[in-house]
Amino acid sequence: MCHRCGVSEQTLQLRPPRHRVHRRAIWYWTASAAPMWLVLIAAQIVALVLGWGWLRHWWVVTLPLTVLLAAAHLVVMPQWRYRVHRWEVTPEAVYTQSGWFNQERRIAPVSRIQTVDTDRGPFEQIFRLTNVTVTTASAAGPLRIHGLDRDDALRVVDQLTADTQAERGDAT
Amino acid sequence: MTTPPTGPDGPRADDVAPAGHPDPPADGVPPDGRDVPAGAGGAVPRADDVPQWRRLSNRMLLIHPVQSLLQFLPALLGLLIAGTTSGNGPVYSLLGAAAAIAFGILRWLTTSYRISTEQVQVRRGVLNRRVLSVRRDRIRTVDVSAPALHRVLGLARVTVGTGLSDRSRTDGLRLDALNAATAAELREELLHRADPGPATSPATAAPATAGDTAAGDTAAGSRAAGPGSRTGSRAGGFPWTPPAPPTGTELARLSPRWIGYGPFTLSGLVTVGVIGAFLSRLVNEFHLDPTRYGATRELAARVLHTSLPLLIGELVLGLLVLAAIASTCGYVLAFWGFRLTRLPGGTLHVTRGLITTRAITLEERRLRGVEVSEPLLLRAVGGARCIAIATGLRVGRGAERGGSLLLPSAPRAEARRVAVAVLGRAEPITVPLTRHGPAARRRRYTRALVPCALLVLAAVVLHALVPVPDWVPVATLVLLVLAVLVAADRYRGLGHALVDGTLVAGRGSLVRRRSALPTDGIIGWNLRRSYFQRRAGLATLTATTAGGEQAYPVPDLPLADATGLADAALPGLLTPFLVPAGSGSDQGRRPVRPRSDAADRAAG
Repeated sequence: MCHRCGVSEQTLQLRPPRHRVHRRAIWYWTASAAPMWLVLIAAQIVALVLGWGWLRHWWVVTLPLTVLLAAAHLVVMPQWRYRVHRWEVTPEAVYTQSGWFNQERRIAPVSRIQTVDTDRGPFEQIFRLTNVTVTTASAAGPLRIHGLDRDDALRVVDQLTADTQAERGDAT
Repeated sequence: MTTPPTGPDGPRADDVAPAGHPDPPADGVPPDGRDVPAGAGGAVPRADDVPQWRRLSNRMLLIHPVQSLLQFLPALLGLLIAGTTSGNGPVYSLLGAAAAIAFGILRWLTTSYRISTEQVQVRRGVLNRRVLSVRRDRIRTVDVSAPALHRVLGLARVTVGTGLSDRSRTDGLRLDALNAATAAELREELLHRADPGPATSPATAAPATAGDTAAGDTAAGSRAAGPGSRTGSRAGGFPWTPPAPPTGTELARLSPRWIGYGPFTLSGLVTVGVIGAFLSRLVNEFHLDPTRYGATRELAARVLHTSLPLLIGELVLGLLVLAAIASTCGYVLAFWGFRLTRLPGGTLHVTRGLITTRAITLEERRLRGVEVSEPLLLRAVGGARCIAIATGLRVGRGAERGGSLLLPSAPRAEARRVAVAVLGRAEPITVPLTRHGPAARRRRYTRALVPCALLVLAAVVLHALVPVPDWVPVATLVLLVLAVLVAADRYRGLGHALVDGTLVAGRGSLVRRRSALPTDGIIGWNLRRSYFQRRAGLATLTATTAGGEQAYPVPDLPLADATGLADAALPGLLTPFLVPAGSGSDQGRRPVRPRSDAADRAAG
């Protein structure tokens, strides 16, 4: 154990945040990853139809491979993300977990919050989702909660606004 | 939607307000009861509480054309000497130079500033008028610098640093340039009398006094007497040198012996590259043929008749010698006369520079920590440098590290002494770091070896497919040896500690750093686990802060230690999210379904 840091003998572990994001986020993640794959596949089909003869063998191999990879990515990634993406807001702290292959947890004290933003991209509007971004004075630590339902997002913002108003100081 | 928290200091986002914002305190409304010191009038001109807009020094009208001409010099020379060159490149260059001069004059005409008791405002822009306003209590640093031309004309450039280190518009509050005397007065005015508010005293009193005693006991006390006379005598040689602050504790002063560390900084490589590019451009502009002249022809002939490995060896050697010379020159130019002083007003003051002089003043209450960094070569000869982690000072690149450098390349002991003196606590700099264990060591090796092994494999495959000299795959094996050495060294540098209320993180091999962050400057945690880290039970704990590089990672800690470290450093923050180990919650590859929300609401 880490004696120097004074970690107690009874080991504690960090549990994941309590709340999941909205289920529609799965579809949102699928939809936002799909265009990249579609472009790749379309480019290869065009190359296969119009391309030089000696490259045909190449496309015949890579095209099915791309389709397979795309299918795997579009099926696995959103589900995996949905299992990982979580958030929790308490009067003292904001806690998020995100990622899929690489995962990250971020914790920031409410007393250090600088701004609370909500935003919705075009895809997110289609799926009626809202992102909440909480920034601190550090450029490295914005906490993003992706894929909340609009009402949930507003509730989070209201709560954080109320909590941060109680704080004083410039939070750096 | 943006909901800024409303503290007494107001929202960060409004520090630099765009033009549209009317600024009530400056536009007519008298400052609310704040006492203006009587002597302030010298540096801050004002007529009846509403200060006048002031232009920059009119001597800048001389500097702008010269600067533009210098910038376009190679092209202009090409035009003048080569005369009838094919193509219109030089003509365009001439037009460009004229445009740059016109633009410079226009910029001078349209830039003005004013300083009220509440804020500093800069108005600029030709088509797009902008007014940048910064509240004076938000000013973190003032950087007064004078490049050669400025010094000849007695000018100095003033850059005001605010806490907006996360925005790239750093030149927003640069006054280029003022009379040197005005600039010096302005610095005093902005930093030392700007904010007599309550925030200063309780926050910094303890570390500042601790630092004073620490520094005074060791070395600074004995040196404090000397500086005035030396800087004074230097001031005679040039129209202006940054005025040395009269009082204060000197924490460090450049010793001429340190110049010996210059070659090992390798900062000169960039310079050599720039000079190389310049020469090749000259060759192009003049249509020079290296084989036409005696000396270069001989050189070219030798180059053509040398065997390839020998040629590479010679080139590398030549480059290293050039880089070493350039680095040494760069060191002398940048750091000659370096002094680090702690002023009584709670600020650190750095003066340095041979031709371009800089004077950087940094409020100690903006200091979020210090970092001792040892690039590999410098470490090999026992050198190190010391960098401030401060809000409003973005950590720059290159040898000068922006304005945040507290000590240039110097003996390691000296760098540590300065770090201790600035931090005001000794243990974070001296304590041996806790190692991260066998899994972290394994990860160092896999991360170094796998890419190299792939390269070796690629070389072997290439050798099998196309005719490549036999020594190529063999030479790549050297990479593996290097990778092992780097991995071992990276593990040796990896470590952390939490002592004296300070988080200490050590990492790196090519540049080994030890960052010491007092925990009250830490504003959040990022706990990152890649797929492979999860398999190895490791995590990278990153402390985010408002200063320096914004994020200071402690890489590849065992997960339990990472949690423990974060919890111990900022007690209470993690408490609601901690559960006893093995309580059925995750920590495995995937989080499991959480307990029901209803239970949570009832609980908290």
